[in-house]
Amino acid sequence: MDPITLSRWQFALTTIYHWLFVPLTLGMGWFVAFMQTRYYQTRDETWRKMAKFWGKLFLINFAIGVVTGIVQEFQFGMNWSEYSRYVGDIFGAPLAIEALLAFFMESTFLGVWIFGEGRVPEKVHLASIWLVAIGSNLSALWILLANGWMQHPVGYVINEANGRAELVDFFALVTNPKGWIFFWHTISDGLATAAFMILAVSAWHLVRKQNVDFFKRSFHMGALVGLIASVLVFLGGHTMGQYMYETQPMKFAAIEAHWETSAPADFSIITIGDLSGKREVWSFRTSQIGIPGVLSFLACNNFSCEVKGVDELQAEAVAQYGPGDYVPLMVVTYWTFRIMMTFGFIMMGAAAWFLWNTRRKDYENAKWMKLVPFGALFLPYLANASGWILTEMGRQPWIVYGLLKVEDAVSPNLTVLDLWISLIGYTVVYGALAVVMVKLMVKYAKAGPDAAMHESVDVAPALVGADD
Amino acid sequence: MSYEMLQTIWFILIAILWIGFYFLEGFDFGVGMLLPFLGKKDEERRAIINTIGSVWDGNEVWLLTAGGATFAAFPHWYATMFSGFYLALFLLLVGLIIRGVSFEYRSKNPDPKYRNRFDWMIAIGSFLPALLLGTAFANLARGVPINENMMYTGNLFTLLNPYGLLGGLTTVAIFLLHGANFLSLKLEGELRERVNGFAKKLWIVATILYVILGIFTYTAGFWARGIVNPGIVPITAIVVLLVAGYFINNKMEGWAFIMVALNIVLTQVTFFTMTFPNVMISSTNPAYSLTIYNASSSQYTLTVMSIVALIFVPIVLAYQGWTYYMFRKRISTEKKTLVY
Repeated sequence: MDPITLSRWQFALTTIYHWLFVPLTLGMGWFVAFMQTRYYQTRDETWRKMAKFWGKLFLINFAIGVVTGIVQEFQFGMNWSEYSRYVGDIFGAPLAIEALLAFFMESTFLGVWIFGEGRVPEKVHLASIWLVAIGSNLSALWILLANGWMQHPVGYVINEANGRAELVDFFALVTNPKGWIFFWHTISDGLATAAFMILAVSAWHLVRKQNVDFFKRSFHMGALVGLIASVLVFLGGHTMGQYMYETQPMKFAAIEAHWETSAPADFSIITIGDLSGKREVWSFRTSQIGIPGVLSFLACNNFSCEVKGVDELQAEAVAQYGPGDYVPLMVVTYWTFRIMMTFGFIMMGAAAWFLWNTRRKDYENAKWMKLVPFGALFLPYLANASGWILTEMGRQPWIVYGLLKVEDAVSPNLTVLDLWISLIGYTVVYGALAVVMVKLMVKYAKAGPDAAMHESVDVAPALVGADD
Repeated sequence: MSYEMLQTIWFILIAILWIGFYFLEGFDFGVGMLLPFLGKKDEERRAIINTIGSVWDGNEVWLLTAGGATFAAFPHWYATMFSGFYLALFLLLVGLIIRGVSFEYRSKNPDPKYRNRFDWMIAIGSFLPALLLGTAFANLARGVPINENMMYTGNLFTLLNPYGLLGGLTTVAIFLLHGANFLSLKLEGELRERVNGFAKKLWIVATILYVILGIFTYTAGFWARGIVNPGIVPITAIVVLLVAGYFINNKMEGWAFIMVALNIVLTQVTFFTMTFPNVMISSTNPAYSLTIYNASSSQYTLTVMSIVALIFVPIVLAYQGWTYYMFRKRISTEKKTLVY
């Protein structure tokens, strides 16, 4: 493999891996902060235990998100030095601000939260978990503003003298709608992911009749927040689609396997392409079940507007940027979108179903409780990964849309050997981390709230003395 | 403000971030490296970890902020250095990854073998970054092969020259000493006695290495290659290190810590003054060197970032300082007082 391909694989691997852990961090922080606040207000011991138990799972997950995040910040320079030179004047700013505003806040106050109980005033301890939650979500905002700029560059000029892009309007960068829609989609997705984690773990205990009050309260919270959050995720996604139609029409068309410009445009339910991914072999579209214009609706909220097709957009791009292939890998964009969307809809339905059933007193005895909440846990994870792959692959061949191609962004000094060493190295380290982390999550999730009050779930409370 | 003034300010600000990182993470790297050697029983090891438990993560952010600030203010510096030192940085990242995770995971299982494995990962994960950063900085002082396109043309082994390695080992030794001094301020009882014994020996090793590094730097002509002569700063750095020996041997722990901390700060000040206004000296041709002028962002970006820094740096310093104050008490190895 050539250096570009290896760098791309490495970026994909490290980013998707990082993104497996981050949504839970983003969402679970709010849950824990809320629970601890309820304890502070009510002095109800169950709230305290809830904050402790879900807080333990939060911490086990948090550690991996943090350490894999460091790799993210460094590898722009390490693997994509030409990118860094070309857009560093703009892209570096949100990254530096992310470190200054968000990383310091979340890591400093996480330390206070873990070690501060009984050492700092209770109000300060409570404030620290809120600051952790705010800090991690602020971090998401700044990195998404940075990514939003890559998808839809604003507030810059090309400086002819030194041949790079330079920032001229910081306000445009921080108000880029692309970034804010990403942020909306992402933080609600974080909440949904955390909600489904809570639902799955709670159901496991409820089926076994352990800590029923504790886990019922958790399950109700999970169902309610899960429903609200997944609706917000959907609305954010819909808004994102419409903005994409305006700003990244090629991505929009590639996601829908929409080859030919049409008005009204038809939505594909299933399309099978040929092996090159450039041609349609067979498709089944909404018009065939009597609802035409669905894609037009997705693009602009009416059933008849024109949606440009891949072929026309390719011709336009060639005219604008010169010869080349400007179509993303459609088999990936098309299917990741369908996985994400389908799973998102199932999540909405599942959360509504769970919430509906909590009206019954003995829902924990229902048969579906044994498998459904646990199975549903895989939905947000697969949807998260798909969404991330979609947004990055849909931008190809560009690293900054319309400005710089991925092939021109890679570090020219790296050898194939360098890249194999790091790619294999990350794979091994990340693989081992995943094994340890999942084992610990399962162990602590199964051990339940009483064990979470102590040092380690394997140590009997009598041996420990104090509860932390 | 003039463009050149802004470039100078950002160079100083990045220098401050590195100084802060070396000072803060310096002792927690030291603590990490000492962990398996100093702590015999599990409670001891937990107590050692807890001396930095609440702060190490915040300390590490100084590195991330230095990286981010370099990206924003000097994109070419960031691009050339990070792609050039590729494998060294990869190893550094592996170190930081296994270390960070181990702090959180090491007590999650009572099996001594399990805990021991993670404690060693903390030690190795602290050693690797210390060694690699020291090596990288020594090479920056020495000069590295950079061509006319600001591209690094060496490889990992280019960095592993005697001067680079000496820089790495010296950094490891100083961080060990710094960590030992920090621990003697934070621990009590037998463990405190033990770490004071360690500090005495470490001081000898660190001082010898440091003096050799100083002589090497001076005689090899890596001295004042920029426009500023560091003057008495490095001399003071050596003096405070020697004075630290006196305090260590007389159990004046607070003063010993301050002196070694000063040594670290002054060493970094020396590094940044003796290269200024260069940020990466080219050993291929001095004309190819990266300077604060040819590597920087636009005046607009530097202005915006200055405003951001002016507002938020004081806030960060205030709350980080406050956490050190909050957790200022010594850590006992008594089981029921330990946070796991």
